[in-house]
Amino acid sequence: MGSMKDKTAIIGVGCTKFGELWEKDAEDLVVDAAFEAMEDAGVTPDDIEATWVGNLYDFTGLSGSVAAEPLKLFGKPTTRVENFCASGMDAFRNACFAVASGAYDVVLACGVEKLMDVGGSGLPVDMGHPVLRGSSAPGLFALAATRSFHEHGWTREDLAHVAVKNHKNGALHPKAHFRQPITLETALGAPMIAWPLGRFDACGMSDGAAALVITRPEIAKKSKHKHDYALTKANALTMHAFLPMYRAAYDWLGFPATVATAKLAYEEAGIKNPAAELDFAEVHDCFTITELLNIQDLQLCERGDAAKFVRDGHADVDGKMPVNPSGGLKCFGHPVGATGCRMLCEVTKQIQGRAEGAQVKNARLGLAHNLGGPGSVSAVTILGLPE
Amino acid sequence: MAKIASFGAYVPLFRLSRQEMANAWGVPAVPGERAVANADEDSVTMAVAAGSDCLAGIDPSSIDGLYFATTTAPYDEKQCAGIIAAALDLRTDINTADFTGSLRAATTALRAAADAVDSGSAGSILVVAADCRLGEPESMSEQLLGDGAGAVLISKEGPATLRGFASTAGEQLGAWRRSEDRYVRSFEAKAETRYGYIQSAVQVGKTVLEKESVAPSDLAKGVITAGDPRSLGGVARSLGLDRGQLQDILFMSVGNPGVPLVLMMLAGALEQAKAGDTLLVVNNGDGADAFLVELAEDFAPAAGRKGLAGHLSEKRNLPNYTAYAGFRKLMKRDEVDPRGSALTYWRDSNIVLNFHGGRCIKCGTVMYPIPRVCGECATKDQIEEIKLAHTGSVYTFTLDHLDDGKYVNVPVPRLVLDLEGGGRVFLSMTDGDPQEVEIGMSVELTFRRLHEASSFHNYYWKCRPLPAC
Repeated sequence: MGSMKDKTAIIGVGCTKFGELWEKDAEDLVVDAAFEAMEDAGVTPDDIEATWVGNLYDFTGLSGSVAAEPLKLFGKPTTRVENFCASGMDAFRNACFAVASGAYDVVLACGVEKLMDVGGSGLPVDMGHPVLRGSSAPGLFALAATRSFHEHGWTREDLAHVAVKNHKNGALHPKAHFRQPITLETALGAPMIAWPLGRFDACGMSDGAAALVITRPEIAKKSKHKHDYALTKANALTMHAFLPMYRAAYDWLGFPATVATAKLAYEEAGIKNPAAELDFAEVHDCFTITELLNIQDLQLCERGDAAKFVRDGHADVDGKMPVNPSGGLKCFGHPVGATGCRMLCEVTKQIQGRAEGAQVKNARLGLAHNLGGPGSVSAVTILGLPE
Repeated sequence: MAKIASFGAYVPLFRLSRQEMANAWGVPAVPGERAVANADEDSVTMAVAAGSDCLAGIDPSSIDGLYFATTTAPYDEKQCAGIIAAALDLRTDINTADFTGSLRAATTALRAAADAVDSGSAGSILVVAADCRLGEPESMSEQLLGDGAGAVLISKEGPATLRGFASTAGEQLGAWRRSEDRYVRSFEAKAETRYGYIQSAVQVGKTVLEKESVAPSDLAKGVITAGDPRSLGGVARSLGLDRGQLQDILFMSVGNPGVPLVLMMLAGALEQAKAGDTLLVVNNGDGADAFLVELAEDFAPAAGRKGLAGHLSEKRNLPNYTAYAGFRKLMKRDEVDPRGSALTYWRDSNIVLNFHGGRCIKCGTVMYPIPRVCGECATKDQIEEIKLAHTGSVYTFTLDHLDDGKYVNVPVPRLVLDLEGGGRVFLSMTDGDPQEVEIGMSVELTFRRLHEASSFHNYYWKCRPLPAC
């Protein structure tokens, strides 16, 4: 298998404010994020040769028009990418392949979601079957929490520490959905959504969009960000079971998709000891339990130790492995198709030393990770500065 | 002559004290309590439960027919017996039929089954009966009715012989429901009892005793259905039976369940019967049916069968009338209509209704739903279809407050289960207390109505806690 290491570079990033953006539609969000990214890169829509857009809801036939129509990118290709909560990062991954192949020089990857327009409590879950439907999205991840409590002795308080950490970080970020720090007591006292997960164990249901301008390093060297473009060190994605709750071999103590994707990504990036070599990570935390399990699956700590790892402050912005300095999905919000791109914007700005929220000190190599569906897909991208 | 090879019963777990019902409306209370079907139960699901109880220890593929008797069929157009037969995993080359329209439908079905067996057209027919009738809110009948189901397996072989069938027909005075009526209607209870009930019951009872030359004192039990104890007393006196010979009509414990009452009472009688006993069965409704049951040997309850006594001993009391009203949807609320597909439902009926799984011939893994490619060894099309156990234990779970996108105050337990003998499934729990769910807890599967997507009854399996041993 070949490698994507150092073959593509991000030269511009853009991200809207995340949140309940009642007065904005998807067009507003795509336009705001994409033009911010192009401005950051010093390019114009005419320079964009192809576009990939991540988007999950509605389940409509909007196709490539999700981005091509608002940006009026006519006469050139746009592809809509849908891969659960990894839709945005998969849009980026496919854009990278196109640039690396030499087919295009400058492309756009973006993601957008207007969850407020879909309505309802929690993400709409549809297994596509009249009776094998199962549960809400929180319910699916709660299954992992219950089993982890049973196996590792973790408690709701361990989950609450994740929420408190991510709210502390997100409160500092002007674009985050939520801007308030919370206490352990607030987290623990919140109403139940799907036991053992309460309201503060769940990420925000948010609107938002994010965009990235991608090119090859030789072109990046001549761009506005010629000294601090973000090099792609690894770009991996794997799928796993769509119905893990029906799979006897599934232990619910982690996500095999994250484990497999992390292994591929570290090999691609040449990382032997991720806990030591990475400077920070944006980790998928749709629920607090998801962050704990993913920290382990990404080899940032030993299996069974994630709760203690977070509780001891190692995942804080000034800890040995800052996790979700942006506030994560938990606090920054989770407009599904936009999230992967938003994380890559965050990692890029962190390593460039211009984080809009909490800045990780000496951040040179960062990881972004998504987990989608009931553990059905995982994507990992590692970005670093040019030597 | 046709025999009874097995019997079964089902009473929903929930009971409501009639005092609670009376308090809700400020009306006088009838003594006792009534059985209340859960919100996800109807006559089809209860019939499956009673049929399953009856078939405990019996190979379902040995059954040649299924007759379903009810006045509350969930479909006006579409046979329910076929759904029940699939959920009981019966063969498909069998005769299925719905018997409906009269509270006497269970014995009409039983007699048809006996005739089929006697004629040689079937070796065995499972007769199931269930009802979930509604009394008008505030009315006395709301207190008097109850929900339940019964079953009896009619066969060429069996320890109890059926004989002496007699019926009476003609226009009869009794309760009714027009197709547009939601609640049971009645003209005048006293007149109906005197001219409708007592007259026809006595007539068929006497006919059977006379033609079979059986004296009332020879009867171990009179299994005589009645809506209330006083009416029953009238029939018993006329037939020359003592109070001690009368089988309990479940007035205090279940209420009048309608069509299934006769099979539930028969189950109760057979659970206590001795070798050599003769039972007189009299069933009423738009006329009456009667017959004798002669026991050649003991009916030792089959292992795994709860029967009537078992079901009566397990119960949870509903706290108030509001809970009952919620179960029966007496208050109009907005319904979420999830996506459904009659085509998918039909195509997947072997996993949805029969609850079959697959076993990989290559690696032995048991899987549900049945895949084309093995989920563990990735071998294509080497999956054999198998029956899955209906009991298992909880591997992990959540108590979900989101139900089809709507926040609910009482969470729905969603359980990941390891089935006995293999297979992992993900089912909602019903009947039990969500706060009592824990990893390792034993549960049994129960057939329920999930939702009404695409305007059809989407039946599927849930689970409920197994009573602690």
